[in-house]
Amino acid sequence: MPDTHIHCQNPVISSLETKANDLRKTVIQMLLEAGSGHSAGSLDTADIFAALYFHILNIDPKKPDWEDRDRFVLSNGHICPVWYASLSERGYFPKKELWTLRKINSRLQGHPAYGSLPGVENTSGSLGQGISQAIGMALAAKLDKKNYRVYVMTGDGELNEGQVWEAAMFGGNSGLNNITWIIDRNNIQLSGYTEDMMPLESLRDKLEAFNWFVVEIDGHNIEEIINACNMARAVSQRPTAIIAHTIPGKGVEFMEYKVEWHGKVPDKKEAMKALRDLRSLDGKISCDYD
Amino acid sequence: MLNSKLKLNKELFQKSAEKRSTREGFGLGLLEAGEKDENIVVLCGDLKESTKVDLFAHKFPDRYIEIGVAEQNMTGIAAGLALSGKIPFMASFAIFSPGRNWEQIRLSISFSNTNVKIIGTHAGLMHCYDGGMAQCLEDIALTRVLPNFSVIEPIDFHQAKAAAKYAAKHKGPIYMRLGREGTPEITTESTPFEFGKAQVLVEGDEITLISSGPIMYEVLSAAKILRAAHKVNVEVISSPTIKPLDEVTIVHSAKKTKRVVTIENHQVSGGLGGAVAELLSEKYPVPIRRIGMPDTFGESGHYSDLLDKFGLSAHHLVNKILSILKDNE
Repeated sequence: MPDTHIHCQNPVISSLETKANDLRKTVIQMLLEAGSGHSAGSLDTADIFAALYFHILNIDPKKPDWEDRDRFVLSNGHICPVWYASLSERGYFPKKELWTLRKINSRLQGHPAYGSLPGVENTSGSLGQGISQAIGMALAAKLDKKNYRVYVMTGDGELNEGQVWEAAMFGGNSGLNNITWIIDRNNIQLSGYTEDMMPLESLRDKLEAFNWFVVEIDGHNIEEIINACNMARAVSQRPTAIIAHTIPGKGVEFMEYKVEWHGKVPDKKEAMKALRDLRSLDGKISCDYD
Repeated sequence: MLNSKLKLNKELFQKSAEKRSTREGFGLGLLEAGEKDENIVVLCGDLKESTKVDLFAHKFPDRYIEIGVAEQNMTGIAAGLALSGKIPFMASFAIFSPGRNWEQIRLSISFSNTNVKIIGTHAGLMHCYDGGMAQCLEDIALTRVLPNFSVIEPIDFHQAKAAAKYAAKHKGPIYMRLGREGTPEITTESTPFEFGKAQVLVEGDEITLISSGPIMYEVLSAAKILRAAHKVNVEVISSPTIKPLDEVTIVHSAKKTKRVVTIENHQVSGGLGGAVAELLSEKYPVPIRRIGMPDTFGESGHYSDLLDKFGLSAHHLVNKILSILKDNE
C-alpha cells in the first residue's frame, strides 16, 4: 500500500488537507442540523472541493459575478452541503447561514438553485445536466475570447443518465479545451454499488472513445488533484475528464464504503462519533487507491 | 369585417393572398435580430433547414452551434450560454423540444430563469404527413405551466417575424410555437405586434372567438361565413401571446358578448382554451366552449384533410358555433 502521507511536508498541501478535514466537520454538522440529505458524496469530495476553492479556481468571493472568473458547476446537486461549506469558508456568505440548510426561508435549498446564493453557478439535482451547462459556459468563453476555465463535477451513478453521454459526445468533438470534468468515482449510488446497478467500467475507455483526455487519480490526494487540474490546462484541442477514485463517506469510519450512507444523515450520536473520527485524523486523509 | 386600425391584409380571402409559414417569418426575424445583436447564438438539433435557422447559420457560422440529435444536451448548453450572457435561440420540432426535453427545460431554463428562447416548429397538425407521432399537440400545456416562461404562437408569417425580433429583446425564457405549412397572410408588415396584447381582428357583439397560431385563418374564414350567411355578429380575438394572456381585452370582450369559444391546433386540455377558461372563471364567468383536438392523436394526411377530419376547418367551426349559439338561446 502506498504511503499517501508523504506529501504533508509541503505546507500548501498540508494546509489544504486541514481545510478538507474542516469542510468534513462542517458538513457533518450541517447534515445533523438539516435532518435529511446525502452524507457519503459530501464527505468523499471534500478534498477535491478544498483543492478547487482554496487553490485551483481563479475566483473572487467579493465579486461573485466577475466575468473572467473560473466557473464551477455542480451536476450531482445532492452533494451541495460540501459546496455550500466551501463557498462559505471561502467568504461568499456568512458561515452561520450553513445551519439553515433545507429549512424554510433559507438560501440553501436541498439541491442548489441558481441565483439563490452567491457562488452558485447553476441549478442541479436532477442528474445528468451539468456537463451540458458547463459546455454552454465554455462555448461562451470561446465566443468572447475569454480565458476562464469551466470545472464541472458529476457523480458516477449519475453517468446512467443518457444526457451525460450526449454531452460527452458533444464535448469530445467540440475542441473545448477549457472544460475540466471531475467524476467522483466512489462506486456507490442510491440503492447499490454502481457495478451492480448499471456497470460503468471500463469508464476510462468509454471517455477516451468519446475523445476526452482522461486522467485517473486518488481523489483524496490533494497533490494529485492539483496536478491533474494543471495537466488539463496543458491539453489543447480536447476537454479533460478526471476520474477521481474516492471512498464514499471518506473520513468517517463507520460510513466509509457503505451504500446506505449515500442518501441519509447521521443522528446526534452518530454525528458526535463522526466528528471524533475526523478530529483523530487531524487533517490526514488518505486513500488506498493506487 | 376586418379591423381597419390593424392594417390587416386586404387580400386575405382572395386567391392572390400570399401563403407563407410562421417558421419562415421567424427565420427572417431571427436573421435581422442577429444582425443587430452579436450576443444572439443559435442552437439546433439536426433540423437547420426545417426550422429555418439556416439563414442565421449561413450568415453567422461562428454563432451557430450544431448539437446533433440531442435535445436534452441542447437545453443544458443553451442554459450555460445564457448564464454567460448570451441570448440563445434553440430550435427543433415541437415534439422534440419542448416535448422530449421537458424536465431539462424545467430545471435549466424555467427554474434557473435563464434567457433562452425555445423555438418549436411543425407544431400541432401541421406536421401533417409524418403522422400522429410527430404532431405535437401538447406543447402549450407543457410550457405555460412553467414559471418564468412566456408562450407565443404567432398567427402568420409577418407576426412570426415581428415576434422573433421581439423575443431577442425580451429578458427571460420564451417558448415560440411555429407551424410548418404556409397559410394566407392575415397581417401585413404594418400590423403592430405587441407582446402580451391580444388584438380584436373582427369586432362583434354576439359571440367571442379567441384563437392563436395559423389556425386563425380557419377562424376568420368561419367568421366571414357566420356574418355573411347566418347574420351572426361574431367578434374575433387573436391572442398570439398565450402567456401572459391579455386579461383586459379578453374580459372586455366577454362582458360584451357573454359567450366565448376558443379554437386551437392543440389538445383541447391545457392549451389556449384552458388558459382562457382559467382566466374567465375567476374574472368574469361566462359560458365557454373549447374547440381543439378532442383528447386524441392525429394521423398522416394533408393538413386541410386533418383539419377536416378533426373538426377544425372553417365549415366545421361554423356548424359548431351555430350549435353553441342555439344551445345558449
